[in-house]
This record gives sequence, structure tokens and C-alpha cells, in this order.
Amino acid sequence: MKLPDLTELAVRNLRESLLRNSLTTVGISVGVASLVAMLSLGIGLQQLASRRLMKSGLFDTVVVTSRRDLRNFGREEERNGPAPGESRILDESTRIEIEHLPNVLEAYPDIRFITELRYEDKPHLTMVSALPASAKSNDAFEGVQGHFFSSDTAPEVVIQKAFAEELLGKTPKSDLDETNVASLAAPLLGKELIMRYAQREAPKTSSATTSSNHTAAPEDQRLSGAAYSVISREQKLAIVGVADLDPESMRGPTRARVFLPLKLAESLHVMQPTDLREISRAAGDQPVYSSISVRVKNPSQIRAIEDSIKKMGFNTFSILDATRSLQQFFAVLDLFLGIFGSLALAVASIGIVNTLVMAILERRREIGIMKAIGASDGDVKKLFFAEAGAMGILGGIVGVALGWAIGQVINLGTNIYLKRQSLPPEHFWAVPWWLVGAAIVFAFVVSLLSGLYPAGRAARLDPVQALRYE
Amino acid sequence: MSSAAKSVANSSVAIIPSAIHANHLCRYYRMGETVIRAVDDVSVEVGTGEFVALLGSSGSGKSSVLNLIAGLDRPTSGSVVVHDRDLAKLSREELAVYRLHTVGMVFQSFNLIASMTLAENVELPMRFAEVERGKRESLARDALARVGLQARMNHRPSELSGGEQQRAALARALINRPRLLLADEPTGNLDSHTGTEIMNMVRDFNQQLGMTVVMVTHERALAERYAQRLIFLADGQLVGDETNAAAVADAPADRSGTEGTPR
Repeated sequence: MKLPDLTELAVRNLRESLLRNSLTTVGISVGVASLVAMLSLGIGLQQLASRRLMKSGLFDTVVVTSRRDLRNFGREEERNGPAPGESRILDESTRIEIEHLPNVLEAYPDIRFITELRYEDKPHLTMVSALPASAKSNDAFEGVQGHFFSSDTAPEVVIQKAFAEELLGKTPKSDLDETNVASLAAPLLGKELIMRYAQREAPKTSSATTSSNHTAAPEDQRLSGAAYSVISREQKLAIVGVADLDPESMRGPTRARVFLPLKLAESLHVMQPTDLREISRAAGDQPVYSSISVRVKNPSQIRAIEDSIKKMGFNTFSILDATRSLQQFFAVLDLFLGIFGSLALAVASIGIVNTLVMAILERRREIGIMKAIGASDGDVKKLFFAEAGAMGILGGIVGVALGWAIGQVINLGTNIYLKRQSLPPEHFWAVPWWLVGAAIVFAFVVSLLSGLYPAGRAARLDPVQALRYE
Repeated sequence: MSSAAKSVANSSVAIIPSAIHANHLCRYYRMGETVIRAVDDVSVEVGTGEFVALLGSSGSGKSSVLNLIAGLDRPTSGSVVVHDRDLAKLSREELAVYRLHTVGMVFQSFNLIASMTLAENVELPMRFAEVERGKRESLARDALARVGLQARMNHRPSELSGGEQQRAALARALINRPRLLLADEPTGNLDSHTGTEIMNMVRDFNQQLGMTVVMVTHERALAERYAQRLIFLADGQLVGDETNAAAVADAPADRSGTEGTPR
């Protein structure tokens, strides 16, 4: 029998005992819905976690450190690279070299130091980090109150929310009662901070010793000799932005509480921890960077760039390393959710078997007639398969819609709850198109498998017996 | 009418090409400890175009013989050869094809599919034969018109009388142009008037289309009126085989009086 005929007969047979077949189809729908709901929760959570990581701004970033950096001792890369003592140092020439690698957008030094900042004459000790102008487009600074640095050399700072609370003398509250960033920003924006810092200075410097608006003279850097002095300096900075960042979830340059424009930070020649370590090696006044952040054009190229930087003799770290284990976790989570979701579908498939076996008993005579007038075993088998398949596809479509609806309702409910807790709404429910397709196909295949036994039984029915039966 | 006349002429003579050849045909059923010999060593030959009645009381094995000829059942031993095909040697698939194209069956209880309209019932064998949809519809319409049911095409069997249902069953049996029409007590559920009507149609098909007819019945009078040959069965065995000269002679005269006569 041809497929259109088969489908037509199957649908008409399904309509004949409408209630029973509808109930069976509802069973499949519920099974598919539970599967879709479970998997879309898993996928949604994964996307949420990925988005969070994305916000850290390091998805397209490789952090390069020198192998001489003893913090990284014992890491795997350590063992198959040159010994730490022979490793190269990270200086301006290496930065330029890295920047010229293919697919590299930019490479900038990570300038980070702990220093004292005075606000209304009260000292606050904190971590200060420099950010390149490109960080403005970074998702991490999406929710910034005020604005980002007006230029790469402007004496301005963006401060982190917790530091803003500290400046205002507020004690950090519990998670459930988070203060609004906007209310924190209002009294602080435009105010002045005085940063006290240690400047390293080459012996024969120019007269740039004033505490404010210091700019580095280019000839400073050409001076040779490892000797330099450390001078205490002050820099006035205007607060231009308050960022809603959670420093604990961040890595790299964003793991600080106060941010400076990169060029300004470079020009200040702040004493860095590496300066002491590399004092014997640093050629002249050339600063040695503790690490360099490399932004790539496309996250997919991170591997290749990491490899080529490693060949240059440095250690690298990218968030991809971290996400790899995260992906593994979610694969296992999805698997478990999928298994639980499939259980309902397994129960539904028993429903299909039951319905079709009942249909055989009921339509025994009909099967006998069809065989008597020339239906082959295959025709009868295909007819029952078509009925099972039709229930499967219909149940699959309804089930996907149902699963999607359940997800929407739960998402909505949770977001209402989050709103009450004055937390930002999250989208942790995702039904991608492939899941829609896969769920329907899965329901279809499960239904066909359930139809296997009844169809075989119907096909083997003895027509003489079937016709005698009244 | 010349073809009809020719087939009548043919059937009155001794028939050379055999349509059905049963040779030491046996069909036993096992019922617990006992073996029931439903068909026990039956050898019979039916010529092409013959109208044969299988007579016997209930349990005589006449329906079992018919099922063996129809390819619905397989013999325990012996053979049935229909148009040079040994049914015992055909696979299940080949038997289905045989039933589809070579055999048309009519039953006592009509056996129309209740959920389908008459047109759909008549179309069903063509679906199995994978006939094109457009062609199928017009063929089904023609077949129903031939048995006088064109107005009832879209009715379901339950809305029709017994006679109408049996006419529809006849139309279905003939839709794939089989060479063999097998009827199992076709008038068993009908009153005598409708029974006659059906039997006249069967005889017309026999005579006009040259179709071989094997009819199972327990009514001797009916058999004597229509069949050219009477075969008697008792306890699964062949007990008599006579030519019915009356039916042979009677045939053309009776046909003119049939109502709902096909063209």
C-alpha cells in the first residue's frame, strides 16, 4: 500500500475510536512535554551559566603569564615547557609580538596593584586595575551607572559596587537585600578620589614630579640601567561610573574594585610586584608586565592562539579551560534530565502498545476481511505502524507545545519571584529548534517501536480464524 | 451479448483448461487431543468458467475447501493448483497477491468494513493493489453502478439492507477483475427474494465475464437452480459430483428476468 493511502486509512482508523486514541496521544504528549521541559531546563541553565561567564568578558581573552611567574608552579604546561628560569619575560616587545599574531585583536598589559585611595580624607586600601578602551563594549560593564572613561588617558575611575558601598560607609548587606546600584552611584559620581601610589622612577628623570596630571616622557623608557628609585605619588581621579560587578565571579583584570584607563595607568609607572622580581633582568626602565591580556577576533580561535603563545614560551589561561569542565557537567545534567523526561515517554509507549493490542482484538474481523480481499502481511503491519506513527507525531507536536508552555509558565513564575526579591529576571528556560525537531522525531520513533509488537501480531493473524470469529 | 452466448456455449461443453485442481487435498485441525479432519483426501477439478456448488451439511468441510482454494488457508497435505499455481508452494506474500488479483470472495455475513462507505469498501482492494487514486474512484463508481448502488455510494454498510450490502460485497469482490469468484453461503443471511437477486447477479458475472464460480451452500434447491455442477461433501470427504443439466439449460432464459441487471 502506498504511503498516502496508508496515512489516510490510519487516520480514519484513529478517528473511529476517538476517545481511546486521544487518551493514548495525550499520554505521549505528556511524555514528550516532560522530556522537553526537563531538557529545556538543562539547556536554559547551561545558557544562563554561559551568559554569566560571557559577562566576565574573558570568553574571547587569553591571559598570558610568564613561566617565571611562580604562582603557576606545578601546572601542566609547566612541565613540558622551558624551565621557569629560562623563560622569557613579558615586556613591551613581547606584547607587540603577540599583538601581531594572526587573529589577535589587541594585547594589553594587565596593570594591577593594591594601593590606597582617599575619599573625603578617609583612606581605603584596595585593588586597582587598568582597563583598555575596548572594555567599554564588554558585557561586564553593561550595567554601569554614570559612564565609562571619557578617554584612555583621562584621570577617571569606574568603581565597583562593593567599593562604592565602602566609600559611603555602608556595611555590605546580605544577598537577599541588595542595594540598588543607581542609589549608590548618585552621591558618588563626579566626586574626587586621591590615589596614593608608588612610582618607579629611573635615575635621571625629567621634571615630571608633580602629583597631578603626570605624563610619562618617552625618553624615560630609553634610559638604561636596572636601577630605579621608588617615589610616593598622588593622583587625583574623578569617579565617573559605578559598575554592578560581582568581583568574586570574575577573573583577570575585572577582579578589582577600582578601574583606571589603561593608558593613564601605564603613564603612572606604578610599582608592580613583578618589578621587584625582575629587577635583575629588566632592561632599563622597560616595565615588565605580570600578565598580558590578549583579545582574539573570534572565541573559536582561542585554542590556536593559545598554542602559538605557548610556543613562544609563556603560560596561557583562557576561560575556555574553565568552560570545558562546565560543559561536561551540563552534559551529565542534560543526560539525567533526559532520562527522567524519557521515563514518562516510556510509560506513554506502553499506552500505545495497549491501545494497539486492544485495536487488534476489536478489529480482528476487519483484519481478516482485509487479508481475504488481498492485503498482505506487510500491508496490515504497515497500517498498524502508521497508526502508531500518527499518534506519535501528533503526540510529539502537542507535547512540544505543552512542554514549551510549561516552561514559559515556570519561567514567568520564577521571574515574578525574582522580581519580588528585587533580583533581575533571568531566562533560564530555552527550547531550541533542534529540541523541537528532535522531540517530535523521538516521539515518532518511540511510537513506531511500540507499534512493533502489535503490528507483528496483527500481520500474523490467521484470516480464517479472524473471519470465523463473531 | 455475443460474448455471453459464447461463454454459455463453452460451459455446456466439457471444459478442457482447468481453473482449479485439487489433488488429495487434506486439512486437519488439532483440537486438544483429537485431530479433526475438516478436509480429507479431496480430489476435484473445476474447469475455467464453470459454476460449481459445494454442498453439504454444516461441518462437512465445504467452507474449509473454499478457504483452501481462496489461499486463506494451507493444506495439511495434497495440493490445490489454481491456474497452474500450486498454492501450497506460494509464500505468504505471494498468496496475498494471489488473493488480491485472482480471487474475489463473497461471504454469508457480507464482511464489509463498517467504518467505511460503500465506495471506500469497494476501493479497498485497489488500494492494496496500488491503483492510482483517480482511476480508483471512477472504477469503484462503475462497479457500484453495475450492482445498482450508485445512489448509495457514500453510505455506510449499517445504513443498507442485507441485499444491498451483499451487492456491494459483490462489487468489491469483482473490482480487481479476478478469474475466480468464491462465494460462501452468499444468500445465507438474505430472504429468498433478495437471495435470488444476488444469485442472478452471480450467474451473470459467470456467464458474461467467463468467471469461474465456486459457491458453498447447504441449500440444494438454490444450487440446482444456478450451478452447472454439484459437488457433495460429508465429513470432509467427496461423496458426490453431478452435472446439473437443468441449470445449464435454464441459464439464458432466467437472466432476462433479473432486476438490476448489468449491461
